[in-house]
Amino acid sequence: MNRALYVAKTGLEAQQFRLAAISNNLANANTYAYKTGRAEFNDLLYQNVRQPGAQASLEESSTLPSGLQLGTGVKAIGVQKIHTQGNIMVTENQLDIAMDGKGFFQALDQEGNLMYTRDGSFQVNQNGDIVTSSGYLLEPNINIPIEVTEISISRDGGVFVTLPGDAAQNQVGQLEVATFINPAGLESIGGNFYMETTASGAPNVNNPQTAEAGAIIQGALESSNVNTVEELIGMIEAQRTYEMNSKAISAADGMMQYLNNNT
Amino acid sequence: MDRMLYVAMSGAKEVSLSQANNSNNLANANTDGFKQDFNIFRAQHVEGPGWHSRAYSMDERPATDFSAGAIKVTGRELDIVTKEDGFLAIEAPNGDEAFVRSASLQVLSDGSLVDVKGNPVLNENGIQVNIPPVKTMTIGSDGTISIVPAEAPSNQLVVLDRLRLVKPDVQTLEKGLDGYTRLKEGEAPLVQENVKMMSGALESSNVNTAEALVKMIELSRKYELQIKMMSTSKTHAQKSDALLSLK
Repeated sequence: MNRALYVAKTGLEAQQFRLAAISNNLANANTYAYKTGRAEFNDLLYQNVRQPGAQASLEESSTLPSGLQLGTGVKAIGVQKIHTQGNIMVTENQLDIAMDGKGFFQALDQEGNLMYTRDGSFQVNQNGDIVTSSGYLLEPNINIPIEVTEISISRDGGVFVTLPGDAAQNQVGQLEVATFINPAGLESIGGNFYMETTASGAPNVNNPQTAEAGAIIQGALESSNVNTVEELIGMIEAQRTYEMNSKAISAADGMMQYLNNNT
Repeated sequence: MDRMLYVAMSGAKEVSLSQANNSNNLANANTDGFKQDFNIFRAQHVEGPGWHSRAYSMDERPATDFSAGAIKVTGRELDIVTKEDGFLAIEAPNGDEAFVRSASLQVLSDGSLVDVKGNPVLNENGIQVNIPPVKTMTIGSDGTISIVPAEAPSNQLVVLDRLRLVKPDVQTLEKGLDGYTRLKEGEAPLVQENVKMMSGALESSNVNTAEALVKMIELSRKYELQIKMMSTSKTHAQKSDALLSLK
C-alpha cells in the first residue's frame, strides 16, 4: 500500500495528541500550582530502501552516491511536565501557603501513602488537623488548638499560634517539604498531587529554606504556570499541521484513485 | 512487452516513494529539532548494448537540510539551543556520539543530565555529565554548567562542567536510520569549539511547510503523468493488436 498514507497518519495522531495536551493545560490554567505539560515528539525510524554505495551496474566504478532512506513518520513520546515557578497570588488567607522555590508539601492518602503537592490551599478539619483542600492530612501532622486566635507561618516553615490572653507565640508544628532531583519524573495522579517514581528519585525531606528547599510564603498561593498565549499559538500550530497531514492523505488517496481509474 | 510501460511503471513507483518522504517531512513539521530531508530524482541509465534508450528515474535522499529552525522561547532553564553553526553532542542509544542543535534537558534520579528522549548529554571531554543535588543550576552562553550546591549558601556559585559544543561542517554529517545525526564514517573527530548558545528556548523543526505542500502537488501530478504514459502504452498495444487482427 501507499507508504505516504501511513506516514501522514502518524502525523495526524501526533497532532491530535498535542491538542489533547494543550487542552489539558488550558483547562487547568486556573488550577492552583498546576504545572504545564509539553507534548514531546520524536521522528520514527528510517527504512533503508536503497543502501548508499550499492552497485549501480556490473562495472565496479559505478556505485550509487547516495541511497534512499525513507522516514516512517512521527510519534508522541510523552508529555513533559515543566516545573517552573508559577506566579504568587496574595490571598491574605492564614492557611494559604505558597512554595517559593523548589519543594513539595507532603500529604497522606487513605492508605497512608505519601503524596506530593505544591497546592498550599490548606484548611483545618474537625479535629483541628491541617488538611489539603481535598481533605488529606499533612505530613508531618500539625494540630491547631481550637481556641487559637491567629496562625502565623514563618519563611522556614515554623507554624506558630496565638492563644487568647497569651502574648507569646507558641510553636505547634514545623512544615517539611520534599525536593526531588528530577521533578519532571514525578507521576501526576490528579487532584494536584504527584507520586514518587524511579525516574523522580527518592524525596529529600527538609525544613523549608534549608538545603535546596525553597521558602514558604504565608497568605499566598501559587498559580498555574500555564502560558495561555503560548498554548493558543500551539493550538494554531497543531491544527494547521493536522490539516497539512490530512492534505497529504488526500494527495495519496488521489494518486491511487487516478491509478485505479486510468489503467 | 513494451518497454515504455515498464519505464513509466518504475517512474510511478519512485514518485510514490518520494511522496512518502515528503509526507514524513510534513508529519514532523511540529517535532522540535527535526531536520527536513532533501529528496531528489536521478536518471539511472541501463547499461549494455542497445539499452541506452532507457533511463529509469530513481528516488534518492542525498542529504538532510541542517539549516536552523525557528527559535521558540519556553522560559525553561534547561531548554537549550546552540547558535550559528554549533551543535551539542549527546550519546545516541547505540553509544555513538550524535549531534543536536537544541535539547530539552532533564536531570535523572541518578544525577545524569539527559535530553527528552533519555540520551545522556556529553561534556567537553566526551563523557556523560553528572549533576549533584543542587539548589539552582544554570547553563551559560558558552555551555558552562554552574550550580549552587544543595548545602551551600545561595551566593556560592560553582562551575561544575562544560557541555561539548562542536562546529562540524554540515557536509560531514548524516542522519542515520534511527533519526540521529552523526559524523559520516571516516571523518576526523571534532574538537571542542567556542559555540554560543542560549537557554530558555528550543528550536522547532525546520520543515518548510509551504514548500512541502507545493512538492506534494507536484509529485501527485508527476504520478498522474506516469499513469497517463501507462495508459497511452496500453492504447498503443491495443492499436497494434487491431492492425494485426484477422477480420
